[in-house]
Amino acid sequence: MSASLAALSANQQLVAEIARARQRRSRRWRAVFLATWLIIILGLVAFILVTVSVDSDFLRKWIPFILVGVPVTLFLAVTSIFFATILAAFGALGRISRNPFLNGIASFYVSFFRGTPLLLQILFIYLALPQAGIVLPAIPTAIVALSLNYGAYMTEVFRSGIEAVPHGQTEAAESLGMTSRTTFRRIIAPQAFRIVTPAVGNDFVAMIKDSSLASVVGVQEILWRAQTAGRPTFQSMQTLLVAAFIYWMLTILFSLFQGRLERRMAAGDQTEGRRA
Amino acid sequence: MTLQHVIDPAETPGRLVKPGSEPILKATAIEKNFDTNHVLRGCSMTVFPGETVTILGRSGSGKSTFLRCLNFLEEPTAGRVEIDGIVVEAEPLRRRDRAGSAKIRQLRLRAGMVFQEFNLFPHLSVIGNLIEAPIHVKGMGRREATELAERNLAKVGLSDKHDEYPSRLSGGQRQRVAIARALTMEPEVLLFDEPTSALDPSLVGEVLKVMESLAHEGRTMVVVTHEMAFAREAADRVYFMDDGLFVEVGPPEQVIRDPHDERTRTFLARFLQASVLPRG
Repeated sequence: MSASLAALSANQQLVAEIARARQRRSRRWRAVFLATWLIIILGLVAFILVTVSVDSDFLRKWIPFILVGVPVTLFLAVTSIFFATILAAFGALGRISRNPFLNGIASFYVSFFRGTPLLLQILFIYLALPQAGIVLPAIPTAIVALSLNYGAYMTEVFRSGIEAVPHGQTEAAESLGMTSRTTFRRIIAPQAFRIVTPAVGNDFVAMIKDSSLASVVGVQEILWRAQTAGRPTFQSMQTLLVAAFIYWMLTILFSLFQGRLERRMAAGDQTEGRRA
Repeated sequence: MTLQHVIDPAETPGRLVKPGSEPILKATAIEKNFDTNHVLRGCSMTVFPGETVTILGRSGSGKSTFLRCLNFLEEPTAGRVEIDGIVVEAEPLRRRDRAGSAKIRQLRLRAGMVFQEFNLFPHLSVIGNLIEAPIHVKGMGRREATELAERNLAKVGLSDKHDEYPSRLSGGQRQRVAIARALTMEPEVLLFDEPTSALDPSLVGEVLKVMESLAHEGRTMVVVTHEMAFAREAADRVYFMDDGLFVEVGPPEQVIRDPHDERTRTFLARFLQASVLPRG
């Protein structure tokens, strides 16, 4: 009896020791990890201080100017992801359609807009379409191009999301007498939506950065402002680094937000935890 | 090829069939090809109201395919299905038009299906699974549908799981929810496609118990299964399928204890090796 008690406590001591050792290891890992970041950042700062003289008056004057681009960038990204999502929803419906005409339109759309550079698409809308009498201002140009381009990529994401819903779901719905339309709307789409949410989040983060291409047609977003501020006095190093930092912070912010959203969705009903 | 596989159900009536009653389900000469693979080679079945019919046979003999042809989840290559007066003929050559699809939906409303893999809707709660089709197919009010669903949930013994999501249920509970979901559409016939094959052995019993109580309640059921005990205890008639044909039909005591057909005999001998198989 007392022997087994002793054995038990010895075992528990071992367990506690293992836990402590694991904690030590993970603390050491985090320390090295953070130190690595710190060293890289300090190195970059040192490099900047050595190569350029930081003119704080210059930065104080121009950082606010660049920051005004943040809402413009966010406006481009939010509006474009909105239209891209709508385009992708229709595109995906077309891609899974058994109608050869609809399927043809959708697959042509995907092929063409994924197969040509986004920068070219922006320039085409801004510079070439006026020859056909279609004149779009800079901001609508950027939104149209970003929406069409991302819509094409997201079409394939949505399509694969729809196809990832097990076929048994369709069979169950149809055996209950649902039409294929009701089956899609009530059973397939809600599940596909959950599947593609992370991908849409990723696309939004990518969109924040790709919206910088709008600078080429003069949309006054972050990058355009950074370029405009830095070029005349040959201080692009400073302004572009500021712009890079802003983009970086924005993407970190939205990645965090996206992670929270995903965790919340996963916490609900989707978990395939089996308790058989 | 003339086949003597359809036994006149009047000669071998199930225990609950009243004399002179009309069949509720009639499948006639169902054939099914998967490309050149002739899976079903002319299967007919007659089921009377209140009967429980089980389909036995080795894996790959076509049992599930036949069941899936009954509600046109598989489009048969030939044959016709009639359930409660709704007749649908096989039309393998063209896609069905609007009226044709509507006819199939009418058929499906009369034939509830329970799948091997449950196929519950993971994004809906238990009650959501049950009321989805009554509301969106039958246009039933939410309250009425919920009341009906709750009665059926009580019937399968899961009233306490009302708001649970399928992922948090055991396999046996999931299958019972699936049965309740089928019941909530108030079908004339229930089709079971190997309902216990995906379950842990310890969970088979609870599902079979629900099915047996439904059989005793007088539900009309067609059950594809490997559960010999269920066939013996709960079935009114057993159809034995081999290689795409029904080779033997009759009451379980006859088909299981005293099969006429050689193929049935070998199958059962293999299956019941351990248990008693009296031969007269």
